[in-house]
Amino acid sequence: MVAYIVRRLIATVGLMFVVSVITFSIFYLVPRIAGATPESLASRYVGRTATAETVHDVAESLGFYDPVVVQYGNWAKGIFAGADYDMGAEVEHCPAPCLGYSFLTKEPVTPEIIDRAPVTFSLSIGAAVIWVVFGISIGVLSALRRGSMLDRGAMMFSLAGVSMPIFWTGLMALALFSYQWDISPPGGSYVPFTENPVTWAKDLLLPWITLALLFSAQYARLTRSGMLETMNEDYIRTARSKGLRENRVVVKHGLRGALTPILTIFGLDFGLLIGGAVLTESVFSLPGLGQFAVQAIRANDLPKVLGVTILAALFVAICNLIVDLLYAVVDPRVRT
Amino acid sequence: MEVALTKERALRQMRNKRTSVFAALVAIASMGLVSCGDDGGGGDGNGNASDAEFNAALDAVFNESDEAGGTLKFGTAGDWGDSVDPGNTYYGYSWNFARLYSRALVTFKVAPGKASEELVPDLATDLGEASDKGKTWTYHLREGLKFEDGTPITSADVKYAVERSIDKKVLTLGPAYFDNMLNWPEGYRGPYKDPDVNTDSAIETPDELTVVFHLKAPFAGFDYLAQLPQTAPVPKAKDTGAKYKEHVISSGPYKFTTYDAGKQYVLERNDQWSADTDPIRPALPDKITVQLNMNPDDVDNQVISGDLDVDVQGAGAQPAAITKVLQDENLKKWSDNPTLARTWYVSIIPAVKPLDNIDCRKAIMYGVDHTGFQNAFGGPIAGGDIATTMLPPIIPGHQDFDLFPAGDDMTGDLDAAKKALADCGMPDGFETKMAYRNERPKEKATAEAFQQSLSRVGIKLTLQPEPDGTYFSDTCGVPKWTKENGVGLCTNGWGADWNDGFGFESQIFDSRAIRESGNYNMSVNIPEVDQMLDAASNELDKAKREQMWGEIDKRVVQDAVVYPGIYAKGLLLRSRTATNVFVSEAYQMYDYIAMGAGQ
Repeated sequence: MVAYIVRRLIATVGLMFVVSVITFSIFYLVPRIAGATPESLASRYVGRTATAETVHDVAESLGFYDPVVVQYGNWAKGIFAGADYDMGAEVEHCPAPCLGYSFLTKEPVTPEIIDRAPVTFSLSIGAAVIWVVFGISIGVLSALRRGSMLDRGAMMFSLAGVSMPIFWTGLMALALFSYQWDISPPGGSYVPFTENPVTWAKDLLLPWITLALLFSAQYARLTRSGMLETMNEDYIRTARSKGLRENRVVVKHGLRGALTPILTIFGLDFGLLIGGAVLTESVFSLPGLGQFAVQAIRANDLPKVLGVTILAALFVAICNLIVDLLYAVVDPRVRT
Repeated sequence: MEVALTKERALRQMRNKRTSVFAALVAIASMGLVSCGDDGGGGDGNGNASDAEFNAALDAVFNESDEAGGTLKFGTAGDWGDSVDPGNTYYGYSWNFARLYSRALVTFKVAPGKASEELVPDLATDLGEASDKGKTWTYHLREGLKFEDGTPITSADVKYAVERSIDKKVLTLGPAYFDNMLNWPEGYRGPYKDPDVNTDSAIETPDELTVVFHLKAPFAGFDYLAQLPQTAPVPKAKDTGAKYKEHVISSGPYKFTTYDAGKQYVLERNDQWSADTDPIRPALPDKITVQLNMNPDDVDNQVISGDLDVDVQGAGAQPAAITKVLQDENLKKWSDNPTLARTWYVSIIPAVKPLDNIDCRKAIMYGVDHTGFQNAFGGPIAGGDIATTMLPPIIPGHQDFDLFPAGDDMTGDLDAAKKALADCGMPDGFETKMAYRNERPKEKATAEAFQQSLSRVGIKLTLQPEPDGTYFSDTCGVPKWTKENGVGLCTNGWGADWNDGFGFESQIFDSRAIRESGNYNMSVNIPEVDQMLDAASNELDKAKREQMWGEIDKRVVQDAVVYPGIYAKGLLLRSRTATNVFVSEAYQMYDYIAMGAGQ
């Protein structure tokens, strides 16, 4: 087991390396194929009336004249050994792991990512709890009362939830609950958990529910179909005839069998979400990693983009690892 | 059996009940959704709902009051455009906002309408004194000025502020006018890299209250440079270079108490500022907040609901809000429709054949449906007024002319276009490509309008969408690219750095500004125009100078290398509670230093 985990972790590091190389290449090599020069790259990061000299200066300070491999080397070195950056009046040391400084704002990337991560975690974890509980419960009930009004209603709800784009449901939710009825706070409200847990939860309630609406639909359907399958198995009949309470039959025997695909999907969904719930954060103006990623991409700010991409890759890999380990817990057949 | 039947009936009853409850909930929810289209009378009835009118804040002060106190709430979609460091910023709204915490040598008058185009002394006692035919400019500072930490503000601080702003490796984002125009010593790279170099050849400080600027060439409009935030004093001892924005040392009525990058800024009163030395600023609010990275539609919604006072970018509402506001009288009366110092146009690139022939270019000038351009940008209110000149009307020196009349209905003069085609040897038309910024639906619509209207005379355009972020650095702004790719037309737009002919024309008409990439000037390469620009820059007589900008405009349009589309207008949403709201024509958005918080 330990060896397995160690191998997976090493593979994760390898994955992050590959992702960083690909991101670097896309940023530097693709424009070069289109005929870009270090100056044209640098002109993205200067003011409007910059002279050729200014552009040259900026290109030099951002390292665009070095070969791409060297630039990558410098960046990677920063992660392990830290780096020094010239702030004008002083030289600032960026401690390891240093993800570089923004090309545009000259702010260090790592502290900003660390600062924004809790927002994305709060959003993702809260929404995940809601959609798992809600989605699975609805799925189970649907499966048990198959064909009933509840079942049909639930499946219709799931179709609606999955079809309505979140930037619409989010904005509608804000328009109704925040601005029209004044029930929830306006967009952009976020208070860290450590500061005031109650306000934190109140501010995030609307984004949680909106996000959960999108996913719970999927999970309801998945659970329902998984349950329908398992509840028809012989061992369910055996369990019932043994005299077990219906609750126990459904949960311990029925649901558990249906859980494996749900777990897989959850691992992927959650990993991706942690990497940046871009749409939700944009709609609700939450200062998280998703919003950070969008801005960075728009501004062609490579260090920020690299930072977020690698982090997202890390989360997806770790979530998948955890899911794989949980298989062994959920499904005894997997244990070796 | 009986038990089972009863149980069944009970279950059915429960199901029915559940169904009806469910149905009721759905009905209520859908009613809510339907009614959400109507936002009612947005304002919170603070006693001004009756005065509110469309354009009430355009030429007059809206909700006048001298009551101090409260919090003025700003918000913005996305991060602050560049930085709050006065030496490292280029956005007009950033310059407007910077006046809250920094005082430049001179600034635009705080008054509604045309009055705001006038420059008035701020840190200085008077506007600049020109000598040496405009090559030397002298300013005298007011006495008794202090930074937020109590240290006195001297001419050395102004000199240092300008010096640091020219180090483009550290402060990359601000304008480069001082860098280019002052007489710096050879090879000077700024105070960080060359701290011991004597820069008196560019800026002299004969005493603690006098600053003297020396230019390489005469420049009559130097006061416009003096209003740039780059002249706001910076104490050398507290300058942290690229990190200075994290704590700008204030010389104005407010200072930063919170700088949460990407999240919010909070400013509170600077007790070292005194109204005795500052006749310009009423400084009414006690506190000013800026919320960053909001969703753009949310910003509009919050101004309408009263949760926010101002969209700090001042560029106008999003399309969704524009539609909603213009259709609802109750909302429309809380909006203002200023004309911006910005023209949306299309560059016609002579380097791409057959556009090297002026008659082929003229065919385009005559053939385009001008109303189509206007509609593409949203019509007369949301888009702007049809332009036949490049200089927008609010820039002094604007002359009204129409060199290529597009017919009475402005849909294009097809006969003249066909004649021009014949003159250039292409009677059946020709083909070329037109590029536009992909993420801008208005530019896409403009390109389509061009394609459609020019097809009427046989000019076939292939539309080529290009990414917004690299439009000037990698594609249309790169002369080599447009030539090699046969892109003869590029959508374009330009807003003046300040409302003056130089501020508008120098970057887009001067062929000497053209470089390898990053060009806004994609098509104007006329030596005569370069000379005219120099002559105007040297002309110390204001009236004569302004006349010359108009002449330059005409000369450029005459060459048919630009197609003026519309003079942009913005639809600004007015705060429901703020006081002294009015549009400053200088910034074409609400004047941020006049406003009070209200309630």
